[in-house]
Amino acid sequence: MSAPPSVELSYRPPGFVRDAIRVAKKDLLIEFRTRSAFMAAAVFAVLSSVIFRFTWEQSRISPLDVAPGVLWVIFAFSGLLGLHRSFGVELADRALDAMLASPMSRESIFAGKALANLAFVACVQALTLPAVGLFFNLPAESFWWGIVAVSLLASIGLVAVGTLFAAITSNTRLAELLLPMLALPFFVPVVIPAAQATSLLMNGRPFSEATDWIKILAAFDIVFVAVSTVAFPFTLEE
Amino acid sequence: MTSTSASSTVGGSRTERVRSPSGVDWFLIGAITLVIAACVNVLMFTPTELRQGLAQKIFYIHVPAAITGLYFSVIPMAIVSGMYLWLKDERLDRIAESLAEVALVFVAVVLCTGPFWGKPIWGTYWQWEARLTSTLFLSFVLVGYLVMRGAIEQPEPRARLSAIIGIMAGCLVPFIHLTVYMFTTLHPMPIVLTPNFTRANLSPEMLRSFLYSLAAFLTLYLAMARNRYRWATERDRLQLLEDQR
Repeated sequence: MSAPPSVELSYRPPGFVRDAIRVAKKDLLIEFRTRSAFMAAAVFAVLSSVIFRFTWEQSRISPLDVAPGVLWVIFAFSGLLGLHRSFGVELADRALDAMLASPMSRESIFAGKALANLAFVACVQALTLPAVGLFFNLPAESFWWGIVAVSLLASIGLVAVGTLFAAITSNTRLAELLLPMLALPFFVPVVIPAAQATSLLMNGRPFSEATDWIKILAAFDIVFVAVSTVAFPFTLEE
Repeated sequence: MTSTSASSTVGGSRTERVRSPSGVDWFLIGAITLVIAACVNVLMFTPTELRQGLAQKIFYIHVPAAITGLYFSVIPMAIVSGMYLWLKDERLDRIAESLAEVALVFVAVVLCTGPFWGKPIWGTYWQWEARLTSTLFLSFVLVGYLVMRGAIEQPEPRARLSAIIGIMAGCLVPFIHLTVYMFTTLHPMPIVLTPNFTRANLSPEMLRSFLYSLAAFLTLYLAMARNRYRWATERDRLQLLEDQR
């Protein structure tokens, strides 16, 4: 009679970052397979940029004056489409309970969800920027790199707050209505500086002139990423 | 159960004493009297500002309401919300709920009185400048907080999730104050709550009237929050009795 196979009992919990990346990969894989939210956000972004093109007097107002506002309205609203899906997919078959039963920390679940949302928002932005550039006849100059940097910095704050509110509202009856109602007022301190910095850069001003706006964005990111990460485990308490 | 007090099990295992709501709330009546007296003092016994004229008198209502609504209501609400997440005492949740409603009243006063000053001084009822916009959006945060409370039926998740929104709202307030210094706007810069309080740019009579108005508004805020808390306690007690039936 042969000896039973030895069972490895010692378990080494994976690191915070590794868990976060695992959760983000799972969310992005679901999105890649279904493409439901991304297609909706992409179509929304392109349609909005087309519709906005017909809402102002083109002969009197320069497209450079309108484009920053258009960009940030589209970024804010298209981001909400992805944020709502973030926890919506976990409600089916109580998938969230299975995730909570795993040895992953709740903070790493939040970080993973936020990373996936950041990737989602960045992809939508990558589509929106050339669309707005094309439809508004914006010049193809080097300022776009600065705008990409501002967009990424602003997206971190938007995604941190949005992911937390998506977790909160997924527990309520009015999730679709409550998420924009709660998240949009918090987006304002991000959208105003981001739109102003974008406007300065588009109008050919040096990057140093946008520094004050970028500092506000960085401060918002630091405060709300920290608060959201600490607060998130309380949204999941049984 | 007596007519003046009643024992209640609201708060889980905790027992608290609830006064009868039928009694006259002298604290609230006193607070309202103080606010009326502050208004009379501002209209009759405070000198009129030379350049702005009568419109400046709105300052004695607008600024105390803003200070009370933004700093004495929303920030305590955030602190109480944080304490709820730590202690899990539902009385703290009721306090946060009460402060949010009172804060919304004071922010509404700020938003309603501002245009009456703005029209003669700025030439427009509404101006999209940073601080005004931020205050408007803070009122949306408070409305969202209260709507969310209504969207969750179970008391425990309602209290827990509301506490998170309360903390987030508190974190938003410093950004609102920062915008005054960081944005070059039409809004007058703070003349009392400046980093150096001793250099407040007000005449002694005006400063005295302002501080009196601020004290009156703070008293009204306390009285309203106390009343709202009592109502929330009674509501929860009634809910508990209905659940037990």
